[in-house]
Parts: sequence; structure tokens; C-alpha cells
Amino acid sequence: MTTNRLFNILVPLFSVLIGLLAGAIIMLIYGYNPIEGYAALWKGAFGDLYFFGETIRQVTPYILTGLAVAFAFRAGLFNIGAEGQVIAGWLAAVWIGTSIEAPIYIHLPLAIIVAALAGALVAFIPGILKAKLGVHEVIVTIMFNYIALYSANAIIRNVLTEQADKTEKIAATASLSSEWLATFTSYSRMHYGILIALLVALIMWFIIEKTTIGFEIRSVGFNKHASEYAGMNVNKNIILAMIISGAFAGLAGSMEGLGTFGNMSIQAGFTNLGFDGIAVALLGANTAIGVILAAILFGVLKVGALNMPTEAGVPSELVDVIIAFIIFFVASSYLIRWILLRFKKGAK
Amino acid sequence: MRKNKLLLSILLLFVFSMFLVACGGANDDKKETNDADNTNDEATEDNATEDSGDFSVAMVTDTGGIDDKSFNQSAWEGLEAWGEEHGLEKGAAGYDYAQSEDDSDYLPNFTRLVKNDFNIIFGIGFLLEDAVADIAEQNPDNYFAIVDTVVDAPNVASITFAEHEGSFLAGVAAAMKTKTNKVGFLGGVDSDLINKFEVGFVAGAKSVNPDIEVQIQYAEDFNAVDKGKLIASNMYNSDIDVIYHAAGNTGNGVFAEAKDIKRNDPDREIWVIGVDRDQHEEGLNEDKSASVTLTSMIKRVDISVHEVTNAAMAGEFPGGETIVFGLEDEGVSVAETNEDAFTEDIRSAVAEWEEKIKNGELDVPKSRAELKEFEEGL
Repeated sequence: MTTNRLFNILVPLFSVLIGLLAGAIIMLIYGYNPIEGYAALWKGAFGDLYFFGETIRQVTPYILTGLAVAFAFRAGLFNIGAEGQVIAGWLAAVWIGTSIEAPIYIHLPLAIIVAALAGALVAFIPGILKAKLGVHEVIVTIMFNYIALYSANAIIRNVLTEQADKTEKIAATASLSSEWLATFTSYSRMHYGILIALLVALIMWFIIEKTTIGFEIRSVGFNKHASEYAGMNVNKNIILAMIISGAFAGLAGSMEGLGTFGNMSIQAGFTNLGFDGIAVALLGANTAIGVILAAILFGVLKVGALNMPTEAGVPSELVDVIIAFIIFFVASSYLIRWILLRFKKGAK
Repeated sequence: MRKNKLLLSILLLFVFSMFLVACGGANDDKKETNDADNTNDEATEDNATEDSGDFSVAMVTDTGGIDDKSFNQSAWEGLEAWGEEHGLEKGAAGYDYAQSEDDSDYLPNFTRLVKNDFNIIFGIGFLLEDAVADIAEQNPDNYFAIVDTVVDAPNVASITFAEHEGSFLAGVAAAMKTKTNKVGFLGGVDSDLINKFEVGFVAGAKSVNPDIEVQIQYAEDFNAVDKGKLIASNMYNSDIDVIYHAAGNTGNGVFAEAKDIKRNDPDREIWVIGVDRDQHEEGLNEDKSASVTLTSMIKRVDISVHEVTNAAMAGEFPGGETIVFGLEDEGVSVAETNEDAFTEDIRSAVAEWEEKIKNGELDVPKSRAELKEFEEGL
């Protein structure tokens, strides 16, 4: 048990290390200086309060989408649809934010809750199809990404506005951003959403580790048939896991709608928040604390990367290569386990 | 014991990476002296803002990037030409760009460039409208400019183009060229800007031949080559023989499809009209003997960026103004590169209509509502 836990920590750490090293080698091959490159990346993420704020801003939705994917994983479900659920949550949050007038203590929670419900609704359909008819959730959630994307575009264009490319800004009473945080981080778009993200991580940990529901969901994830034999309602748990997963992703969408952007534009393509969430969950070993750490890493890499071309002349795409390497090594954790075990054997 | 081995391996990794870094050290020194130069320049810049020698300019791309074969690339070429004119180099002391991977990158990119003390910063494309409005409000003493849309702020210059006029001429050329009397329009995202292309094209085609049929389709994506190819395939299959695209990278799918059809059936007469830059090369076949590109509606983003930068450098920054680049100042035009296809008839017809637009005899519609009126008047 202890070795297993050790592996769960060592594998992601090693993957990150090897990923960064591989990035350095690639920079060298193409004639860039890796130390300058990584220094620029670091400076771009933490160089001053503005970029620190922007990094937190980017980390916030990553935590939530990571948790969403991780939660479904725990029930043995692969929720590729986090992307579509993010879009649904974003749209719902902006819809409430622009169309209702209410004091802040009603308006803001309402917008957030409706966003979570919207995400949950989009995830519910694949969940019930899986539970009742055995339709594979991967296929359905992928398709639902497109449904969500194009429906959201159509709604923005025809319902929320009159043929415009983006919605109005949300009312101040629905906004997560604060004057104080903005001034403190010299006008970054950091917002209070990070607190919500951390709270949700706590909730996820609590549900999974401390409640009967969480126990059943994990059990279904380990072995459906054994769980059924033990008298658990497998179908109910599958649907529930999808709903909670979707709600988390919907919250991630509300972070964009109520915090970062304050409105929603026609999306020409996916936001990639949901897809990156899969990587975050994978790197975070599907645990709440792991997801937070992985989300921080991804946020730092993504925001810091923007500084690399200006400061070190290194193309920002390099970070995508590094991330790909990290994912590759996490996914091939068997390889790392094998290497580590070899060391162990040698030691004996 | 096990711990030792682990430590050793980590140590080895470190040594290895150090070694690699040492190898890469050669071009290190050069870079550092460069940096030193830059900081010197910046220091003087702060002291003497009026001195034109220290002027620097930067741009933020949308998600297309500076190699999108479309307006981001064109804008960057404008900055490069400007740098060459003034003997400046890419970097913090001359001209530079910041690429956006995602919608949320626009503001951080602007902020970083502001922190690097660029004198004027361009936002390329209407997607950056909100970001430019925000950054201009946060930095009232800096100059900004936006291409393709209007931001109303005293320190922002808005650059727009009369795309409808250029597209009108493209429509004239398409109507002269088609044999089936069916032409197609492929738009990127259904929006006010792309509607200008669509409406101008339809008006141009119908001015030549009121009975012509124009099929209009939107890919809802500027970056989906596969979709562009599919839509083009459907259009060419339904007897359309000229397609005008205003779809950025998606439009490259139209070229791919047209070239595929030509490869299988070299005698079939189908054409593509390019957009933003002269896309003659995109339409060339394998042995480069012929191009499927009939013409291109050229939008000289490079000229506009170049001119606004020079104006700012001369202390005449057009802040708060909207500058429209049209047919008169060659902000928009149609390419005549493909001489085999763009025949003398077409050339003279296009020139005739161009004259009518320039001298105000003809008012080209800009929106679908205006197009309706225009069609009724035909």
C-alpha cells in the first residue's frame, strides 16, 4: 500500500521532470538557450503581481475541469464532455448575469448555481444513456461537446443578442471580479473564483473519501459487477457521478463568464479548458489535492509560455510539447514503475 | 541503499542537463549583449520620448498567428517593412509581436507589451475589441490601434477597410467568369465584418448579371480546413464554378478541393477567389503551370499598419479616429496575378466598376438590409 502511494506521487513528479528536461533538449536542438527559456517562462508566470494574478486566473478553471474529469474517472467513467459542460456553464452564468436584476448576495450565487446545473444537465444525458442503455459515454460526451458549442453560439446570436458576436457584459452584482484584487495585482483579471475552486476541491475530497455516496462511486469504478452483487445501485451511481462531474465543469464555465471575461463571445472553436482538464486529472492522479497541484503547473506553463517569445525568442508552442511529454510519461506510468522497481531490486 | 541510487540518478540527470546547457552557451553571450543594448535603448527612450530614433511598435495577433497566410501575416509584414524603413530590428527596441493561443491571452499579451514600453501596440482583428478597450482604459498614456473594428477611446486608432468595395469587384470578376451562372461564397464566422464581404460580393455579381445565383455558406470557424474542403466539394458538385472565400485558414480547404478536382479532371473550369492577401500561390498546381486562383480581394493590412505607425512616430497619432482604407488609397483591391484566367474582358469590366465606386456614382451596400434595397434598385 505504501509503495503504491509512493508511486502515485513519484510517477507524476518524474513525468514533470522528464517533460521539462525533454523541453530543454528540444530547445537546445533548435538553438535556443533552455535556461533563458525557462527563466522567461518563470518570469512570465510570477515575474510581477500582474502575471501572478493572471496565473491564478488561469489555474482557477483548470482546477474545476480537472476535478470534473477526476470525479467521473473515480466512477470508471471517461468524461470527455467537460468541454461542452464548460461552455454550457459559461453560457448559463452569462445568461443569468445579464438578464436578471438582483442584489449581489442573490444574483452571484444564483448565476453560479445555474451554471453548475447547466453543466450537470449536459452531463446527465450521457450518464442516463450509459446507465439505461449501455451507450458508451466517451462517444456521447464527444458529440455533446459539439452540440453544446454550436447551441451556445446560436443562443448568443439569436436569443441573447440580435445577431451580435458577443453578449452584453454581466451586471456588477453577478461579477466575481473585485476592484480590490484588480488593484492589488495591477489590473490582472484574477477573481474570487479561486476560492470557489478550492472549496469545490474540498467538497470533492469529502464526497469521495468521507461519504457513502463516494464509497459507492469508487466501488463502481473498481468493479461494477461486484458492486451490483454487493447490493449497490450501479445505474444510480453512474448517473450521479456524471451529474456531479458536469456540475464541476459547469462551475469552470462560470469562472470564465463571471470572472475572466464578464461576457461570452461566439466561440469559433473549443475553449480547451475541458480537454486540458483531462490532462490535469491524469497528472493529478484523480485526487483533489493532486488536481490542484497539476492545475497550478498547467496554469504556470500556459501563462508563462506567453512570455517566452518576447523574452527568450522561444516559440510559445514549446510549452504544448512539454505538456505532451508530461502526459505521455504519466500515461506510460508503467514504464516509470518498471524503472523504479528495477532500482529497488538492485538495491536489495 | 535504494535512496542512494535514486539520488545518484537525479544527480546524473542534473549533470547531464548542465552539460547540455554548457553546449548551448555559445550564442548566449551574443544574446546578452543584445539585451544590454535593449536596456540602454529603453533607458534613453524614457528620457526622450520625442526622439523618433527610439520609436518601437508591437502587435498582438488573434489565435491565427503571424503565419496564417491572412491578415495577421499581412500586419506583421507591415511591421517588418516599417522596421526595415527605419533600420530597426525585431525585439523590444524595434518591432515585435505577441501571439495569442487563446481568447484569454489577449489581455496578458497587451499588458506585457505595455510593460516593455512599446510606443504603439496594434490589436489585429475584431476578436481583440474588448481587450483593446480594456487595456486602453487601464493605460491612458499609451497608444493603441485596432484593425477591423472600432474602439471608441481617445488613445485608440481604429483601422477599418472598405471590404464591401473590394468584394464587389470580386463579385464582378466572378460573374464575368462563371459559365454556369452559379457562384458561391464561403464565410468564416457569420458576423458583421464577414457580412460585408458577402454583401459586396453578391452586389457585384448581381450588378453584372441580375439572374446569377449566389450560394452563401458559413463554416462558423476561421480555422477548419476540413470544413472548408467539404463545403467547397458540395458547392462544386452543385454546378458552382467560382467560389469566393472570406474564411481565413478555413479557406485553404477551398483551394485544396479545387486543386483535387483539377487533378482528376484537368479540363473542368473551376475557380477560387482568395482573400486578404494575393493567394495566387495557394492555387498553383503541382508543376506550377496554372493556378485555380482567379483573383484575390487584397486587403492591405500591411499598408495600414505601416502608415499608422509612421503617423504616430511623426507625432500625429490619429487617436480616437476611425481610418477607413478603401479603393482610393489602395487599402483594398483585386489581384491581377493570374493573367490566363483574369482576362482582358474581366480586367476592363472591373476597372469600369472600380471607377464608378471611386467617383461616388455607385454606393456599395454594407449590410444585408442595404443589399435588399440595392437588389430592388437593379
